[in-house]
Amino acid sequence: MATTACFIIVSRNEIPIYEAEVGSAVKREDAAQLHQFILHAALDIVQDLAWTTSAMFLKAIDRFNDLVVSVYVTAGHTRFMLLHDSRNDDGIKSFFQEVHELYIKILLNPLYLPGSRITSSHFDTKVRALARKYL
Amino acid sequence: MIGVGKIKQYSNVLDKPLSKGKQEVSLSAFAFLFSELVQYNQTQVDNIAELERRLEDAGYAVGARVLELLCHRDKGNRRETRLLGILSFVHSTVWKVLFGKVADSLEKGTEHEDEYMISEKELLVNRFISIPKDMGTFNCGAFVAGIVRGVLDSAGFPAVVTAHFVPVEGQQRPRTTILIKFAEEVLTSFSLIVTLFL
Repeated sequence: MATTACFIIVSRNEIPIYEAEVGSAVKREDAAQLHQFILHAALDIVQDLAWTTSAMFLKAIDRFNDLVVSVYVTAGHTRFMLLHDSRNDDGIKSFFQEVHELYIKILLNPLYLPGSRITSSHFDTKVRALARKYL
Repeated sequence: MIGVGKIKQYSNVLDKPLSKGKQEVSLSAFAFLFSELVQYNQTQVDNIAELERRLEDAGYAVGARVLELLCHRDKGNRRETRLLGILSFVHSTVWKVLFGKVADSLEKGTEHEDEYMISEKELLVNRFISIPKDMGTFNCGAFVAGIVRGVLDSAGFPAVVTAHFVPVEGQQRPRTTILIKFAEEVLTSFSLIVTLFL
C-alpha cells in the first residue's frame, strides 16, 4: 500500500536535526516542502502538549486534509515528528521507539554535539529500513 | 563442532544493542582520569572561575546524555514534567547510577523560593582531592554541578547550579552542597502547571 510519510527530528532549540521522506508513494516535487511546512506548524502544539503528560508518545496531534501528524517527545525534549496518512498507531509507536534507541546511541557519542545535525549515513539507512518495516 | 562460540562482529555502533550498563567501574581508574581532567584544565586557564566553568561544561555534556539514557533504561520511557519529579530523579536515580548510592539529602532553600540543595557528606569526585589554601573557594564538585545542570537544562528546567563546601562540626572534612537556583520562567510555569492540576 502506498503511503506518504515525512519524518523529522527537531531538537530542544527548535532546530531540525534530521529529516527524511520515508513514504513509499510516488512523490510530487512540491510535496516535500509542504510536508515540512505542516510539521513546523505543528511544533507549537507539541510545545504545549509536551508539558501536560509524562508519556513520550503523543499520538496524533494535528491534521491537514487527510494527513496526520504524530509526535514522540524524548526526555531531553527532542521531538520525533511523523507526517503520515495511515492509521497504524501501534506500528508508528514501535517505529518511534526504535528510532529513539538509535538516537540515544548517536547522542552517547562524546564527539556529537547535542542539537547539531545528524549526518551519519548509517543512521539514515537504518531509519529508512525501520520505516519500511513499521509503516 | 559443538560449542564453538562465534563472536558477532558489529560494523557500526548503531547496530550494537544498548547495553544495560556496567554496575561497577574501577574507582582508581576514575580518580586518575578525573585528576588528569582537572590538571589539564588548570594548564589552560588563568583563574579559578574559568577552571570551575570548564569543569562545569564537561559535566554538562555528561548530564545531557545521562538524562536521555536513564529515562530510557530505568524509567521505561516516562518523562518528568514537574519540578519535584525531576529533582527527586536527580537525587536518587542519577546519583545511584553515577555514584552507587542515592544523595544524602535534598532540601528546599528557606530564604529563596527558587533554591534547592543536594548535600553529600563526601562527594566521590572530591574524595582524593585536597584544595591548596591559595585557591580559595574552588571546588572540584563543579563537575557534578555541571552534570546536574545538564540534566535539568535538557529536561526543560533551566537553572544555575554551583557546588559549595559547608563545614560541619565534629568532622574534619566539610560537607559538599550542590546549590540549584532555578531560572524565573521555571517557577512561573511551575505554578501555572500546579494551578492547572488544582
